[in-house]
Amino acid sequence: MGLIELKNVCKTYVVGDISLPALKNVSLSVEKGEMLALTGASGSGKSTLMNILGCLDRPTSGEYFLDGVEVGRLGNDGRAEMRNRKIGFVFQSFNLLPRTSALENVIMPLSYTASRMGDREALERGRAMLELVGLKDRMLHEPSQLSGGQQQRVAIARALVNNPEILFADEPTGNLDSRMSAEIMDMFARINSSGGVTVVLVTHEPEIAAKAKRVVKVVDGEIASDKVLR
Amino acid sequence: MRKLAIVKSALKSILRNPMRTFLTTLGIVIGIASVIALMEIGNGAQQSLKKSISTMGVNSITVRPGASMVGGVSSGSGSKATITAEDAEEIVKNCPSVKKATPVVSARGQVVYGGKNWVPFSINGVNEDYLEIGSWSLDDGEMFTRRQVVGGAKVCLIGSTLKRELFGAENPLGKDIRIQNSIFKVIGVLKTKGANMMGMDQDDCVIAPWTAVKARLSGAGQSSISAAGSSAASSPVTTSSFYASAADKYPASSSSLPPVRFRNVDSVSAWANSPESVAAAVSEITEVLRRTHGLADGAEDDFQIRTMSEFSDFLTGQTKTMTNLLLCVAFVSLIVGGVGIMNIMLVSVTERTREIGLRMAVGAKRRDILRQFLVEAVVICMLGGIVGIGVGHLSSRVLAGIMNWPSSISY
Repeated sequence: MGLIELKNVCKTYVVGDISLPALKNVSLSVEKGEMLALTGASGSGKSTLMNILGCLDRPTSGEYFLDGVEVGRLGNDGRAEMRNRKIGFVFQSFNLLPRTSALENVIMPLSYTASRMGDREALERGRAMLELVGLKDRMLHEPSQLSGGQQQRVAIARALVNNPEILFADEPTGNLDSRMSAEIMDMFARINSSGGVTVVLVTHEPEIAAKAKRVVKVVDGEIASDKVLR
Repeated sequence: MRKLAIVKSALKSILRNPMRTFLTTLGIVIGIASVIALMEIGNGAQQSLKKSISTMGVNSITVRPGASMVGGVSSGSGSKATITAEDAEEIVKNCPSVKKATPVVSARGQVVYGGKNWVPFSINGVNEDYLEIGSWSLDDGEMFTRRQVVGGAKVCLIGSTLKRELFGAENPLGKDIRIQNSIFKVIGVLKTKGANMMGMDQDDCVIAPWTAVKARLSGAGQSSISAAGSSAASSPVTTSSFYASAADKYPASSSSLPPVRFRNVDSVSAWANSPESVAAAVSEITEVLRRTHGLADGAEDDFQIRTMSEFSDFLTGQTKTMTNLLLCVAFVSLIVGGVGIMNIMLVSVTERTREIGLRMAVGAKRRDILRQFLVEAVVICMLGGIVGIGVGHLSSRVLAGIMNWPSSISY
């Protein structure tokens, strides 16, 4: 069984009397160490799919196994723990806490870990993560003092601080110029190849998707194509 | 440890946005400050009310001799000479609720100075503590001393009415006036007090050492003993024997009408520590007098104690009403402050949905978020409370200073 195992997953949003199917019978399997791009037009259901994969939402029907655990059966707290231990998120708009130093932003998820590490240990870990993304000399800067690319790197460091199995990136380069985008994509590639972290990118830009090892195209809530590039 | 960390992170997030924190705290600061200021000013007002009422004599306790009963015929209150000057000393010594006490002997008579004369409403013989007991203060001159009381010095203080009638614009200090047939030197003038609650002019008076009044003025210390027909025996007495006669003030003979001796006085006036301790003082005085008078357990008291209990009841009721009123106001202010905090926290939650979403994405559970906001609210409340106490105390002081209101710390 793969790291991610989706079996006939449907997601239907009910608005009043109308039910809107966002995902129709999606089955997908992702192995450990893959770098996958989810593409599709806006409204195609790729974000819904990522929400389910990221344990933010539950499927209406079907089964979703993450690392052998069926997420659909977990309650809110169980899924929160799953997100904390196995998943890292990177968002389009960075979502850093304002007026908070880069270092504090990075160690924030550690305070929600069940086996909470001590303050000194946490700071140590945060520093190591920022060093990894090349922000060694920006640790005490606040988000407003950092460029977009730097902010996104802080966000990546935050996503990695708990040693996750999977990194989900929702349009990670949407707010960045092409040079910054390339830098960030290189970083994902490096994390994937050297760290062995499974990376799932959501993007609508073909050139970004082309950097992944496998591209899955979602059209109208169904998987239209599934290509392995390399 | 973990709890400490939560408080620490709450403090951090509070300090992260000083403006929001300030606005949030402002509500509670104003709420708490108004409560504190109100309570302090209210408390001060209460105390000054208490003080001004106590100058009207609520604290005072009068001990009078009991009634004599001969063959079933009662002669009424004060017809038995049982109260002595020693009783006053015993009361002060042995009753913790009593602050001061004085023997009182009264006389009536004409007062003459130069070509003018006047019959004052009261001529009282008292001891050196009388000013405090009667809530008097001096306009001029000084009070007589304990030495002068013991020595029976012929000095006196006069009230403002008497001063006006006898002296007019003249300075009475050091002048000799004639009371009945004795010459007394004026050593002080009492400050005007006005009429008492019964409408009698309190300033129409003379006070002098009780020893002098008793020895020099006829009719003193036997206001109602005339019924016993022994008035002539008591006066005049030579001053040299004042204290020598103290030993046999209670003669062994159990006559129903003990002879009137020099130490017998009309009454004893005592002054309780506060209006509230009047009741305690009464029971203490009863106990002390029964012991010193050697009364058997079943025997009736040979004295009577009067207080202005009705008035002190009124005072207690008044105080209670005021306290309740202040509590109500304080309660409303607190609720307003609390609602203010609630609103701002609610606004802050909606404003921070993004942060909440992020925290949940990285693994925060619902209760983690709830706890974070709760701890933040509590910390803000506490900060606001502390600041509010300071601001309230300060503003009550400032208000008290400006408006000349009394204020005192309420606990």
